[in-house]
Amino acid sequence: MRSLHRTIDPDDLRDALALAAAIGVVGASFGALAAAAGVPMSLTMALSLLVFAGGSQFLAVAVVAAGGSAIAAVAAGLLINVRHVPFGLAVGGNIADRWSTRLLGAHIMIDEGVAFSRARGSGGRGRAAYWMCGMLLFVFWNVGTVVGGLAGSSVPDTDTFGVDAAFPAALLALLLPSLRQADARRVGLVAAAVALLATPLLPAGLPVLAGLLGVFAARLPADDRRDP
Amino acid sequence: MNWPAVLALAAGTYLLRVTGIVLRDRVRLPGRVQRYVDLGATALLVALVATAALTDGTGFAGWARPAGVAVGALAAWRKVPFVLVVVLAAGTTSALRYLGVP
Repeated sequence: MRSLHRTIDPDDLRDALALAAAIGVVGASFGALAAAAGVPMSLTMALSLLVFAGGSQFLAVAVVAAGGSAIAAVAAGLLINVRHVPFGLAVGGNIADRWSTRLLGAHIMIDEGVAFSRARGSGGRGRAAYWMCGMLLFVFWNVGTVVGGLAGSSVPDTDTFGVDAAFPAALLALLLPSLRQADARRVGLVAAAVALLATPLLPAGLPVLAGLLGVFAARLPADDRRDP
Repeated sequence: MNWPAVLALAAGTYLLRVTGIVLRDRVRLPGRVQRYVDLGATALLVALVATAALTDGTGFAGWARPAGVAVGALAAWRKVPFVLVVVLAAGTTSALRYLGVP
């Protein structure tokens, strides 16, 4: 990772640390919630280390806590993680050249890292951003999980700190440069509308995937006529 | 939760993460299709932002969270540094909740 060290931008590091701090807080709330739901610490840690996908971890624990079966928990968690397939298609070329490194980099693929890397372009800076953001978030998420698991019920409700607003705002800030293009704006608007309309109707994970339909808004019907 | 469930979720999630990367390597995509793949990532991320900002479970998240996200979005649009965007969004939502806004 010598080249990574050389290409890290101090501003990118600062931004990634801000995200990492926020994810550490959410990790602590995950650890505390899992402990409250009676999940043994070893399993909670295994979830954070081996799954490393916050949404699916919260969902899986919630399903079991609500009396659902382990199979239902796994299915719900996997459904919410299907979005990683199109993410891999989009940023797959920006992880590493060697397959061994790519297979390692796949594990730290996370929404914020994908957005962070895309905002830094497809060159060396984007690649460094993917690894730096992914690794920092991985470390903070897991440290947070340990702290939360040990502190248990003495962890305050993280909603008090507003971290639930920090993530959508951060993702949006990372997306803004790509939304300067008109086709991306149209796609985003339709994706948001579809996902919001689908939320009361579909199980968790599917509304976001349904947002993919927004891609059909990339071209205006009028564009076809204007094309040479 | 039990070990088989945790390991199944971990293995499945890892496979999903690798699948896109492998597909990308195996299939040569023409430039136009590549643009659509990129727009697909944009669509997913914007959908994530919208649902995370406005919904909780299957209902409305309450006003404090979207207000914080809106302040963060405005700050980002005004080219405020990223760290401040994060702090402003969380701070606004936190303050509103302190004042009793749901």
